Amino acid sequence: MSEELFPEPEWLSEEVKTGTTIIAVTFDGGVVLGSDSRVSAGESVVNRVMNKLSPLHDKIYCALSGSAADAQTIAEIVNYQLDVHSYLSPMSYDPLVCSAATLVKNISYKYKEELSAHLIVAGWDRKKGGQVYATLNGLLSRQPFAIGGSGSFYINGFVDAEYRKNMTKRESQEFVVNALTLAMGRDGSSGGVAYVVTIDKDGAEEKCVLGNELPKFFDE
Amino acid sequence: IVSTFNNYNDLYPDWTQREVSTGTTIMAVEFEGGVVIGADSRTTTGAYIANRVTDKLTPIHERIFCCRSGSAADTQAIADAVTYQLGFHSIELDEAPLVQTAASLFREMCYRYREELMAGIIVAGWDPRRGGQVYTVPVGGMMTRQPVSVGGSGSSYIYGYVDSNYRAGMSKEECLKFTAEALTLAMERDGSSGGVVRLAVISEQGVERQVILGNQLPKFSTV
Repeated sequence: MSEELFPEPEWLSEEVKTGTTIIAVTFDGGVVLGSDSRVSAGESVVNRVMNKLSPLHDKIYCALSGSAADAQTIAEIVNYQLDVHSYLSPMSYDPLVCSAATLVKNISYKYKEELSAHLIVAGWDRKKGGQVYATLNGLLSRQPFAIGGSGSFYINGFVDAEYRKNMTKRESQEFVVNALTLAMGRDGSSGGVAYVVTIDKDGAEEKCVLGNELPKFFDE
Repeated sequence: IVSTFNNYNDLYPDWTQREVSTGTTIMAVEFEGGVVIGADSRTTTGAYIANRVTDKLTPIHERIFCCRSGSAADTQAIADAVTYQLGFHSIELDEAPLVQTAASLFREMCYRYREELMAGIIVAGWDPRRGGQVYTVPVGGMMTRQPVSVGGSGSSYIYGYVDSNYRAGMSKEECLKFTAEALTLAMERDGSSGGVVRLAVISEQGVERQVILGNQLPKFSTV
């Protein structure tokens, strides 16, 4: 151990990570995405109100986790690529969620050694309705729901037990908020407020649930 | 998630270089009149399942059990030592030992030898003075009493489920169902937990044990 009068705080040299809990769920007619808002560098919280739900297009969002820089960059690049794709292709409708997810996957896979970010891509399109894609480590997998980030480990059991197919929009939003609250309660790297985005054929609706409005669970 | 292989690569099978570990999910819940304890049944040596029907619920005294997680060797040795110490103490007192006493004995040993040991233990039982109690002694040697406690590698996955589904004042049957469901969810997600679910109810009447086999486990819609 080096002896210094005022040792440099750890967080100056630690990479900034979005510790995180992210979740995306399909319901009949769309998807709901949710995330916490904590960005940590070592033990310090550098941003307690970061919105980790990033728009890739009007009705396609992605949830960021892992290294903050990597995740944001991938989201920006894919946002740009989707815009180009929309302008250049003679389409009169919005890009498919599958296309957005594939673009994310291509970057994640090609640079998998250098990057450490996991994005969940979710949205609504005319062809297949609400869809959720997980792109961990360069894989592409369509799922009824997906969870990610360090906090997601603690809610695996909860989501496995409580998820049901064909929930209503309201039930899905509650499911997402409950899952986030439970994860934020157990994971030191997740916390703050809960951001929730609901996407259906009419567009995307963003909502922020403050700390004191989150549901309360039994705490031992 | 890819695991790293050591120097021997493929010369020797993985399990010859790994310590035997009870990967595990263990759980204990207090109810009015006793406790319900449960565990999975898988013991692994690396990727090999050394025992798929392990009994991780070990009797320490007539109405005191412990649930073991971590190194199989360490936890067995500690449990044997505490069983001896508690038996001796109980004869001296000429009455049933307190659950807290058993937990303290575990804590003494786990804390003193914390550098050498890898043991996470949940002590649960019934005594006439305080009824059903659950004490957790995780790695490191702390001890604390909790109404519900989970442990082992599989426990991380069910914190959310336990936090949302536990209510104070559940009946014995509700606790059994709660424990079986939580263990099943953990076993589905944790590679080091699996097999059958072993449950035990400890109360004034004694100990009732049951086993839930693989095909009888509760089903969840994990598509």
